[in-house]
Amino acid sequence: MRRFAHTIIATAVLLNLCAAASAELLFPPPEFESDYVMPNTTTPHPHQDVYEYVDVAVLFIALSLASYLVLKRRSRRATFVLMVSSLIYFGFWRKGCVCPIGAIQNVTLSVFDNTYAVPIAVLLFFLLPLVFTLFFGRVFCAAVCPLGAIQDIVLVRPLSVPYWFASGLRLIAYLYLALAVLFAATGSAFLICRYDPFVAFFRFSGNVSILIIGVCFLLVGLFVGRPYCRFFCPYGVILRQLSRFSKWRVTITPDECIQCRLCEDSCPFGAIRSPAVEWPAVEYAKAKRRIAFLIILLPVLIALCGWAGSRIENVTSRMHSTVRLAERIYLEEAGEFTDTTDPGTAFRATGETIESLYQRASVIRNKFILGGWLLGAFMGFVIAVKLAAVSVWRKRADYEADRAGCIACGRCFKYCPQEHLRLSKIKEGVR
Amino acid sequence: MVESKDNVTRRQLLRNGCCGGCLTGLGVLGGLLAAKSTPGDTVWQIDPYTCISCGNCETYCVLEKSAVKCVQVYELCGYCDYCPGFHEPGAAALDTGAENELCPTGAIKRKFVEEPYFDYTIDESLCIGCAKCVKGCAAFGNGSLFLQVRHDRCLNCNECSIAAACPSGAFKRVPADKPYLFKKVENA
Repeated sequence: MRRFAHTIIATAVLLNLCAAASAELLFPPPEFESDYVMPNTTTPHPHQDVYEYVDVAVLFIALSLASYLVLKRRSRRATFVLMVSSLIYFGFWRKGCVCPIGAIQNVTLSVFDNTYAVPIAVLLFFLLPLVFTLFFGRVFCAAVCPLGAIQDIVLVRPLSVPYWFASGLRLIAYLYLALAVLFAATGSAFLICRYDPFVAFFRFSGNVSILIIGVCFLLVGLFVGRPYCRFFCPYGVILRQLSRFSKWRVTITPDECIQCRLCEDSCPFGAIRSPAVEWPAVEYAKAKRRIAFLIILLPVLIALCGWAGSRIENVTSRMHSTVRLAERIYLEEAGEFTDTTDPGTAFRATGETIESLYQRASVIRNKFILGGWLLGAFMGFVIAVKLAAVSVWRKRADYEADRAGCIACGRCFKYCPQEHLRLSKIKEGVR
Repeated sequence: MVESKDNVTRRQLLRNGCCGGCLTGLGVLGGLLAAKSTPGDTVWQIDPYTCISCGNCETYCVLEKSAVKCVQVYELCGYCDYCPGFHEPGAAALDTGAENELCPTGAIKRKFVEEPYFDYTIDESLCIGCAKCVKGCAAFGNGSLFLQVRHDRCLNCNECSIAAACPSGAFKRVPADKPYLFKKVENA
């Protein structure tokens, strides 16, 4: 009797052609009488497998070499050679994937999604440049990052960007980082990879609109030093903050600054700070009032931006495919559309109820509301700190490389007469 | 804002403290994630049971010719004379005439084995991953033809552009040492 029931069920499933995947074979495989040998389906191995730890080793060696060349050897030329080699290896040879910038998202996803485990190699790609930055400054930007390198080699006639303007534009990078983390944490998309402007060059193929964005970045990069690094790069934002605490860092000259001002315009990234000996009395009083005002403003700004962030949820949550699908299905059910989309077809084939889809979408939207609050609060905090930075005065006796802004490219070394003196002394010492 | 020797050391102390704090933080983050991380890399693969053969694989890959190709698992194939993955529905004749073939590039090679069986093999240099044959084979055949990411071609982008465009969520990250998700005979 039970067997009979089984047969009936099996037949019913068989008849349902759409569900053929869960049924027995429609046409049983033949038993051949000839000496026909069934071919095997090939399974070519991923080449990634071979390289992943080689990549980590190369990254470590490149970072060590960059630290040595910038801080000890103090050679712009050697740094440039290393930078071009990195561009060739990580960019054109390894096709720019995976990079530490994109690894932010893998790490974030791994933190928030229990089913995703970040591969060790990717984790090391994320951590190594950060650790090196804490010791030696932004040597990763200087000579290892292929995205930085491709912009650095096209920089022919750098124009200076006013400090206030550059600082304002940098807000884009903070927002980009916050959005990338939000979308990665909710499992919606890897924003940084999707809008990586140079990866199409590395692969010699890709999306046309991204290719156009990449070309625009390079065209702007002819006159503005490393526009992506300075105003967009989300990893650069983290490196900026970490390099403030770095143990060692690039100095324009290791000897005494003679205040000759020759290095003043040598930095295409506006990272050289001129001496500030005394704050004018009037300004000082004004700045004090401004700081007091900002301290009061800080919580207001955070709350306001947080609220604004939570309000954009209906835009941001559409990055998640489930929310998009639920919206579409809702409209289809309401009779707004007579046709359906591929995701709609796929969803209806699964047999999941519409209510359960709405449920899933609403859980995701709630995550976006919370994420929006946090994103907004973060941006409010960044804006407040940026405003405060205008009013904070720090005594500086000499020309110095800005801890956060300096990408350790070593362009300023040769502008310093003290450096030439030092080099000639070393030469004599050797003889 | 009086600068003194004392002030400088205080700043340095603060800086060193922050540096140590950041290092510890990174160490903790790295340790926690390393504990749940996978030793090997992951690669992208299509779950053939979730795939709805929409055709996005052909167009969304960052490569000019998609890394997704159709594969034939011979154990599942019925070796039919009329193959719904090979022949145009209502084909005038069951032969290899171009007008009877479903595949737009002629990537499926049909070869006589013995009466009444024919062997169907994919020429991967011609296959564009359009899934037309997959659709036919899944609907009216055994489903032995299905799409897979071919790892000799795949660049393993951090975010696969086809995965982002996949309507059924069939793209998965799988361990690199088991990089294929073939259909199995037992649950075919």
